Amino acid sequence: MDKSEPQVKEEKPNAFIRIVKQVGNALLVPLLAVITAMIVGGLVIAGAKGDPFAAYAGLFEGAFGTLRALSETTVWATPYIFAGLAVALAFKGGLFNIGAEGQLALGAVASAWVGYRLPELLGTTIPGAIHLPLTVGAGMLAGAIWGAIPGWLKAKTGAHEVINTIMMNYIALNLVSYLLNGPMKDPDPLNVIARTPLISEGAQIPVIFSKYRFHWGFILALVVAFLVWWLLWKTTLGFEIRTAGSNPDAGKYAGINVSRTIVLTMTLSGMLAGLAGAIEVTALNYRHELGFSQGYGFDAIAIALLGKSHPFGAVVGAILFGAMRNGATRMQFLTQIPVDVISVIQALILLFVAADAIVRFIYRIRAPREQVVLTRGWGK
Amino acid sequence: MTTILELKGITKQFPGVLANDHVDFDLKKGEIHALLGENGAGKTTLMNILYGLYKPDSGELYRDGKEVSLNSPKDAIAIGIGMVHQHFMLIPVFTVTENIMLGEEKLKNAVLDRNGVSAKVGELSQKYGLEIDPESFVEDIPVGVQQRVEIVKTLYRKAEILILDEPTAVLTPQEVEDLFRIMRELTSQGVSIIFITHKLKEVLKIADRITVMRAGKVVGTAIPSETDESHLAAMMVGREVILNVEKEPAQPKEDVLQVIDLKVNDLRGLEAVRGVTFSVRAGEILGIAGVQGNGQTELVEALTGLRQSTGGKVVLQGKDMTNNPPRPIIENGLSHIPEDRQRHGLVLAYPVADNLVLCNYYLPPFGVNFVMQNKAIDENARKLVKDFDIRTPSPFVPTSNLSGGNQQKVIVARELSRPVQLLIANQPTRGLDVGSIEYIHRQIVNMRGKGVAVLLVSAELDEIMSLADRIAVMYQGKIVDIVDTQKTTKSELGLKMAGAQAQA
Ligand SMILES: Nc1ncnc2c1ncn2[C@@H]1O[C@H](COP(=O)(O)OP(=O)(O)O)[C@@H](O)[C@H]1O
Ligand SMILES: [Mg+2]
Repeated sequence: MDKSEPQVKEEKPNAFIRIVKQVGNALLVPLLAVITAMIVGGLVIAGAKGDPFAAYAGLFEGAFGTLRALSETTVWATPYIFAGLAVALAFKGGLFNIGAEGQLALGAVASAWVGYRLPELLGTTIPGAIHLPLTVGAGMLAGAIWGAIPGWLKAKTGAHEVINTIMMNYIALNLVSYLLNGPMKDPDPLNVIARTPLISEGAQIPVIFSKYRFHWGFILALVVAFLVWWLLWKTTLGFEIRTAGSNPDAGKYAGINVSRTIVLTMTLSGMLAGLAGAIEVTALNYRHELGFSQGYGFDAIAIALLGKSHPFGAVVGAILFGAMRNGATRMQFLTQIPVDVISVIQALILLFVAADAIVRFIYRIRAPREQVVLTRGWGK
Repeated sequence: MTTILELKGITKQFPGVLANDHVDFDLKKGEIHALLGENGAGKTTLMNILYGLYKPDSGELYRDGKEVSLNSPKDAIAIGIGMVHQHFMLIPVFTVTENIMLGEEKLKNAVLDRNGVSAKVGELSQKYGLEIDPESFVEDIPVGVQQRVEIVKTLYRKAEILILDEPTAVLTPQEVEDLFRIMRELTSQGVSIIFITHKLKEVLKIADRITVMRAGKVVGTAIPSETDESHLAAMMVGREVILNVEKEPAQPKEDVLQVIDLKVNDLRGLEAVRGVTFSVRAGEILGIAGVQGNGQTELVEALTGLRQSTGGKVVLQGKDMTNNPPRPIIENGLSHIPEDRQRHGLVLAYPVADNLVLCNYYLPPFGVNFVMQNKAIDENARKLVKDFDIRTPSPFVPTSNLSGGNQQKVIVARELSRPVQLLIANQPTRGLDVGSIEYIHRQIVNMRGKGVAVLLVSAELDEIMSLADRIAVMYQGKIVDIVDTQKTTKSELGLKMAGAQAQA
């Protein structure tokens, strides 16, 4: 054959380097987006006659400065990780799951119900080995169903998942509000707020430290992130999800049942969001209290985007968001700069990540080869 | 004849590729100078430099003997250079006139001077025999005419040098004839043309001079009367190329695919395939000839499970496969080289290795108990890249990095490397260079030799004639005739493709 043609020798690097490179590449723009957002945020603070350096020092101290701060950051990050994984997984499958918030709320309520009500119904305590999995499982199931419905609608009728997941959010959030104010409300005569009774001990994931709120959920979240990565890149199902997400026509050509894959992806995504709710109930609050979710499911979209839809990226994004939320209070306490500045910075981050091109332009980076399909047009 | 344009020592480096390596090129007044080369040879890059889209790393450009420096297409237009790109840049919902005005809007009393431009376009069309209606909408006119709109656009901007980048790639044989007529008309009136192609027959037919490029370098110049196809092919590819497919006489055996009175609707719900019946036997190649858009696409989609049929039957290896989804058909022995390789055939974002297992990722050794076996996938990729001579830096780069010919080789490698009883190849060599075409043809003939039934769909009559044992001609959704390749001629087939009645 033609020997004159330049043949670049490039062997496959080993798995570890490949993953580091993969993550590194994926996170370059998000990292720069964060830095840019911090700079712009700093200008905003300075414009409001604050000292940006003091503010960020406070933010950092509040997020990582002490053991307690660290512990609180992980508490914040835990639901962010689960929900971020949910949205990222859907993105990988070419689907935009805006419904994580509803799936999460429903997961929490289902979990709580199994946690406190099932023993009452059975008239006996259930051993933890059975009760805990049931409780967590119920949350996952509820989220899964709530995700599966828009998935199914998309696969069967072509109805766009963006619209339907938003609709499903309204239904879920109102349903949960009704349940917590009505049938599931904690009957304790002293209780005036919309919350369930405490779940029974068998359904609780035990605390690790009495002094810190750091809980098993965070560790579980990291394990689940690894599992999601493994699912997406190491299993045939993951191959199908990514193929259907990246080029559904080629998927169909290759014999993949694209409709089924869409339903499955949304089911798994909903399940992860449901797990976020279930873990908040079983590992942290031991009950479901209305409004415990500070918009985790919505922030999750930003987190997934920040993480370039990669499970490990989502973990990093979640910890960052958790740290900012957590550190904000300390920042306000030390510098009197309102916590809302953090929302501004988060919005800027999202803006810069979404407007990838701006960041690439500012820092003169070449365009990426693989682009995540955030959402497609109407129909299949 | 005077030399009106000269490029000297043009060099352009892209990351990882030396796209142009000290290229010299010149153009004389009123000539058609063909630039011939395989995909990736650097033809488009050179022309983009000439059109001011890229800046060369080194080298000089002379117009009428004076050195010029181009910083944008505006500069190129200013010195009378016009370019028709490989992909047209027209806006479908605008009229011809509006498209031509675009970017150079003329005002008359503060209003767009539509009528003035329209008249000028009509005049140009008249002068060069372009037959364009300035008032029709671009989306309503055929590709061949759209191309002429692009040509008028350059003439309207007073181009004296016309660059046509692979203009024939998108045309039917008849449209190619029309284009050649127009090119001659243009040159007779003093326009000079740089004609880019990788098709040998075309350059021999139309060019006054031929410059051949390979891997970024000019490898030679030739005059059509003093050269021939095989000589040019050898220059282009860098080795001897066998242009005629050698094959043993067919030894067809049992029917592998039977299609009985099949009816299929197109996207709009109109009947595109209107009751076709044929069979393909083991060890033979059945060619489906026809002008594009006569139901071939829908037929193949129905056979491969990508589209539901509305009537009739498809039997593969004795099993009724009518309206089955793709997977059972694939598992029953189908390999499919799809018409639209980027839409159906590949996930461009995936590494080459993953695309090589796109259809059997779930089967051992690639998928065991739902887990992907990376070792097996990598090994498979290394082997196929080598066996099928896929030019890629590594099997692990995104497939989008490969050239069109090599992307097609990825598909061919995948489809031919697994057990196959029926191969459906739809336009398998469209847009590819000679080297790749030769290679793919040989592979298809090999499969026939191994007893595979092959259904070959192609708009290239030459391809069908040289590969197929029998030829079915499709016209308006029906098979008008099935003939023995030995017992027919190109012109006879051409007539049938145009809808002439089949002889008894
Ligand atoms: N903008 C670009 N960036 C990087 N590489 C490019 C670019 N354009 C072309 N190339 C590379 O340069 C080589 C020549 O390409 P091209 O000029 O398009 O070839 P041709 O038109 O002869 O098919 C190819 O290897 C191609 O991949
Ligand atoms: Mg080109």
